[in-house]
Amino acid sequence: MLQFILRRIGISLFVLWAGSVLLYILTINSGDPLEDLRESRAENRDQLIASRVEAMNLDEPWYVRYWMWFTGASKCLVLQCDLGTSRGGGDINSMLVQAAGSSLRLVTLATALAIVLGVTMGVLSAIRQYSGFDYAVTFAAFIFFSLPVFWAAVLLKQYGAIGFNDWIADPTVSTVTTLLIALVFGLTVSAVAGGDMQRRLISFGATTVVLFAVVTYFDSVGWWLRPALGLPLILLLSLAAFGLLLMLTSGLRNRKVITAGLVTIAIGTVLYFVVGPMMEDPSWGLVFALAAISVVVGVGVGFALGGYERRTAVWVSVGTALAFGGFVFFDELLRNWGTFVDKTGRPISTIGSGTPGFSGNFWEQIWNWGTQLILPTIVLTVISLASYSRYTRSSMLETTQQDYIRTARSKGLSDRVINTRHALRNALIPITTIVAFDFASLIGGAVVTERVFGWSGMGAMFQAGLDTVDPNPVMAFYLVTGTAAVLMNMLADIAYASLDPRIRR
Amino acid sequence: MNDNDRPDQDRPHLPGSGEERLSPSPYPGSADPGSPQRVDELEKRFSVEKQLDLSEKSYSQGQLVRRRFFRHKGALISLGVLVGILVLSVTSIGWGPVPGWWGKSYLTGATVLDGGRPTLSLWPPSLGEHPFGQDNTGKDYFALTMRGAQQSLTIAFTVGILSTLIGTLVGAAAGYYRGWVEAVLMRMTDLFIVIPLLVLAAVVAKIAGGGIWALALALSILVWTGLARLVRGEVLSLREREFVTAAEAIGSSSGRIIFKHILPNTIGTIIVSATLTIAAAILLESALSFLGYGILPPETSLGLLISQYQTAFTSRPWLFWWPGMFILAIALSVNFLGDGLRDAFDPRQNRSAD
Repeated sequence: MLQFILRRIGISLFVLWAGSVLLYILTINSGDPLEDLRESRAENRDQLIASRVEAMNLDEPWYVRYWMWFTGASKCLVLQCDLGTSRGGGDINSMLVQAAGSSLRLVTLATALAIVLGVTMGVLSAIRQYSGFDYAVTFAAFIFFSLPVFWAAVLLKQYGAIGFNDWIADPTVSTVTTLLIALVFGLTVSAVAGGDMQRRLISFGATTVVLFAVVTYFDSVGWWLRPALGLPLILLLSLAAFGLLLMLTSGLRNRKVITAGLVTIAIGTVLYFVVGPMMEDPSWGLVFALAAISVVVGVGVGFALGGYERRTAVWVSVGTALAFGGFVFFDELLRNWGTFVDKTGRPISTIGSGTPGFSGNFWEQIWNWGTQLILPTIVLTVISLASYSRYTRSSMLETTQQDYIRTARSKGLSDRVINTRHALRNALIPITTIVAFDFASLIGGAVVTERVFGWSGMGAMFQAGLDTVDPNPVMAFYLVTGTAAVLMNMLADIAYASLDPRIRR
Repeated sequence: MNDNDRPDQDRPHLPGSGEERLSPSPYPGSADPGSPQRVDELEKRFSVEKQLDLSEKSYSQGQLVRRRFFRHKGALISLGVLVGILVLSVTSIGWGPVPGWWGKSYLTGATVLDGGRPTLSLWPPSLGEHPFGQDNTGKDYFALTMRGAQQSLTIAFTVGILSTLIGTLVGAAAGYYRGWVEAVLMRMTDLFIVIPLLVLAAVVAKIAGGGIWALALALSILVWTGLARLVRGEVLSLREREFVTAAEAIGSSSGRIIFKHILPNTIGTIIVSATLTIAAAILLESALSFLGYGILPPETSLGLLISQYQTAFTSRPWLFWWPGMFILAIALSVNFLGDGLRDAFDPRQNRSAD
């Protein structure tokens, strides 16, 4: 395993270096860096040209200039990066620190969301092959595949941001809209639930009625401006998360695992009252400490009550504890939505990667950060969601046709066990190889998306560098995105090796 | 297989039925075992091979693929849409010196009528003076969109054909000869993990400098790696097959083996991948033009039109909708076409069995 990873790191570093040479050569040959000065009519034109040639070392051959950049960049290994200056004289290091944060946040979040949602959609559409849900997902995936990123981004900016901001000024949902939302959800749930006509009708009816009631209730109490979950909803959602975990692991047979999960939720409820006051204005340190405590509680409960299936019990109770903590966090976050809207007026911003001069408490900062991020993230997620769901679907279908799945069926295992334990794990193996390629294309997509939303991120830096034939910003962009891609690739490789033991040999 | 197909010896030989093979003669009930008619009948009777039903038509591989493709409704509809867009864009404003039936040029301005609003109406159906509206200098937006579609399609098909050629050759060479060609190919595909395709394409397109042929060439030398990897994978397994060994044994040259024996077997993969490359190339070209590294004014392309008018979205949304819908329609139909072709060439995952 270690040898495998080391070999992969070696190859990746070589490719990273080769890519830097290629990109450097291409960039410095992509135009004339003195073009604007040659055309200028300034009196000191020759002097300006001379000083730029001096500053950018244009009189040196390319390999000398590359070597200068390379020696500076290689100091990053000892954390003393020297990425040079841009043509205008700005320090690349400080530009990079600002730009990299927002862009990497965007791309990482979009990747994580796309993997989770895409794999879920792919698995569900494979399990319900040739159902209405399957056709809908397939068709949606084709649309997303064919959608130009920038076009989707502009549309979302118009309807998602400006539309939402207009709506939040006076948030009411009409009865027709409520009905429509309820019907769409009802249809989706009944298509996923499958089964015979009666089961479909029941799931459709129940979902529609519940959703209609919930939305109407939220609307009548003005939830959209003062949202909160409250303890009852937190408990309900945690139970749902616990149910999902049970479905994925042991099912309802194992009483010990169920007890462990329920005890975890009970402990969480007690801690909710203890921790509640501290959550008014916490810090990230406190939040992570609380998350760590949830993990410890989960491990403890699972270990103590797990009995013969201790491992499963530990996993389930840790998952439940984290879910409970997450919902408590989300509840407190929602409670601060109202004051955030009051402060900003139009919450979802369409331009820029941060409101300049915004100040607020911990939660309002998160909202400020999230509302900038949400639209670009949706665009990027939707675009790469398509490939994940398609690949997962075909991989899952291929896996379920294998002989060992038939064996598992013939010995009487339930569909749940076959799908989660036998099929899913094997179907996920090929998906990990896509992650690396997809991450690279997401960075490309981020360049376009950032431009539409006017972010001053990595994409803007790359474009500014390319427009002025200035290799330093372009190479800084490459250094960050390339390294991130290599790390992502490595994570995918490790995931591959842990899913497929054959590769470790 | 019904019961009549089964050779007789598979039937249970009931005692007393006369078929229990107890008779002294191996040919029961025969008076003259040597007659030719008799031998023929016996061969039929005791043959273990399944009798071919010659009344049913049999199909060649190509015919099977064609039949499966024509049964895929989505692919057929998208083929129709694609051909429709192609014909519309080429005939309406003409191509090069050949004039089209649409009188207005995409280069000349005019006075803006009615705020440049589109005059297209579905009922009663009429095109009007400017069916897609006018841009801010009064240019006819229908002509502009058609020109953009022409450019995008030209680039996409050129990239599709060129990159398929390069990818097939390199992939076949890498898979057949292995060695350094393969190593170089694999490292080149790795390169696209660290440098996003769009970023590399932006730099190369900037060097190419805005003409459509230069841009098409520049994109072709970048996008072939995916196809090459697929072809390499297929060639790797095909080169171990018996028919390749046989061809080697009779002294065929490597070139003949690759082109006559191996590549025809990968044609499905190649065609499907070429289709998907065309779809990707349309999106890549429009993204580059949007960023300002693709086609440059006064020429136009669909991506450039969106880029120029994205700020006009609230006041004159049609300037934004038409080119976007055309990109979406082209890319969607090409993708569906690719899916239909994939099902036709590789029906394993398909419901309709034949």
